[in-house]
Amino acid sequence: MTDLINAIWTYVSTRPTDHGWLGWLIPTTLQALAVLLSLLVAQAFLMYFDRKVWAAVQMRKGPNVVGPFGLLQSFADLLKFVFKEVVIPAGANKPLFIVAPILTFVLALVGWAVIPVGPGLVGADINVGILYLFAISSLGVYGIIIGGWASNSKYPFLGSLRSAAQMVSYEVSIGFVIITVLLLVGSLNLSDIVASQDRGMGMLNWHFIPLFPMFVVFFISALAETNRPPFDLPEAESELVAGYQVEYSSTLFLMFMIGELANIVLMCALLTTLFFGGWHAPIPGTPLDDLPVLWFGLKTVFFFFLFAMVKAIVPRYRYDQLMRIGWKIFLPLSLVWVVLVSGLLLAFPAIADHFQSWRN
Amino acid sequence: MTFGALMFYVFAFVAVASAVMVISARNPVYSVMFLISTFIATSGLFILMGAEYLAMVLVVVYVGAVAVLFLFVVMMLDVDFVELKQGFWQFAPIGGVVATIIVVELILVVAAWAFPDDASIARAHPIPTAAQTGANPDAPNNIEALGLVLYTDYVHYFQIAGLILLIAMIGAIVLTFRTREGVRRQDPASQVARRQIDSIELKQVKSGQGI
Repeated sequence: MTDLINAIWTYVSTRPTDHGWLGWLIPTTLQALAVLLSLLVAQAFLMYFDRKVWAAVQMRKGPNVVGPFGLLQSFADLLKFVFKEVVIPAGANKPLFIVAPILTFVLALVGWAVIPVGPGLVGADINVGILYLFAISSLGVYGIIIGGWASNSKYPFLGSLRSAAQMVSYEVSIGFVIITVLLLVGSLNLSDIVASQDRGMGMLNWHFIPLFPMFVVFFISALAETNRPPFDLPEAESELVAGYQVEYSSTLFLMFMIGELANIVLMCALLTTLFFGGWHAPIPGTPLDDLPVLWFGLKTVFFFFLFAMVKAIVPRYRYDQLMRIGWKIFLPLSLVWVVLVSGLLLAFPAIADHFQSWRN
Repeated sequence: MTFGALMFYVFAFVAVASAVMVISARNPVYSVMFLISTFIATSGLFILMGAEYLAMVLVVVYVGAVAVLFLFVVMMLDVDFVELKQGFWQFAPIGGVVATIIVVELILVVAAWAFPDDASIARAHPIPTAAQTGANPDAPNNIEALGLVLYTDYVHYFQIAGLILLIAMIGAIVLTFRTREGVRRQDPASQVARRQIDSIELKQVKSGQGI
């Protein structure tokens, strides 16, 4: 199975140089389509999984009507959203009102271009992969700000202002966490980061052990960055109805929803790549080593499960508490760790050799 | 026309057209949008040049942080354009002098322009071709090359630039910081450190009697 996937991907990835840029464009388009389709189908079931976990915590049944065990619920929702009427408020700024959800949706999916799902299974294996992801996730805030402003209404605007401040604040600590990881690895390439976590001891070599505090900081910042509970203040129902999404309906709302979910899954994939060894098996030497895509998927779903549990269990933060955690705790903590990690790597070259053995 | 050249013209056109729109758009929010579009097109040009790191940093810093704050402020502003245009002719001479100086500087810079030779283009290219990797597989990539220059030859300039930014940051805080009297503030540490025994007293109350 893995060999088959790899063979197909390699065949598609070989870009014949003699056919000019068309020979480059067609395989790239095929790759993008493959990633997008599998991602969107996976998201439909992740949405179902999310609701089931949430229901289980609250001792409900969750979706159980459409299809066996309610498995087709997401597709039913999709059809319902698409067939409803798009309502654009009279006072709204029409072009920006429509652009905002498209922007959120596209930016959430574009990030997947650089995520390595298996050895060699990556759309664009670029040198600055992690910076690219960081740039894309920092652009994500625009969809929300524009959506809130273009709605021409108080609640969406307040929600978008909150989210702008929140996402910009937590990007800072995410940036520092990323810096600690790439200092340890010595490369910004995501494939290198995954390769550096395979030193023969399985999960004991993964970065979440030496960088455990940063792992926690990243996880919580990822919750805030994706506006997930307990940090879902931009769309806090009790105060802002639904924040920047109030005026949105039908397909436009669906795009916001899928974009948010795609962002969450992207953050889970990033956690997997940075701290949980990417596609590597937790215990090496078993026949399961040959299923990198499966391992990557399992780890991502594991983090998604954690996200769902946090949503079900933790009560919402107050806005000043949120800002306090971001600026007064996470920022100094991650800054100290950057200094600590770089200092240790400089003072003890043996540590650097140990973590950067992937270079040889 | 190669694909690279086509993309260059696309990015260059978008960058210039959006830059024009930044100053000609009526709505300030649209101006910021076009500014963002200029930044992104410029970062595309950087990628075509092979400066992938600069391209990403441009997006992270300018689009991800600076333009967000612009947008943040502009959206909340209630700009009165009639009032803004009142002092136009009064300030026109000073503005004209500044504009002339900048134009002269730009002409001087453009006059001294030189295109890089093939060797330096090849050195800066992010995705090494087969010939390059064959020739020198251990060549430093974009970021390593930048770091090598920045932290050796130009380390003092780099430090000075950092200090200037730090001073600007502290200055902004000092200028806007006000202490207000009589504000009740939260102290999370004391809230967490509070014990049950300090705040709750248990009384044995007989039934039918008050305390």
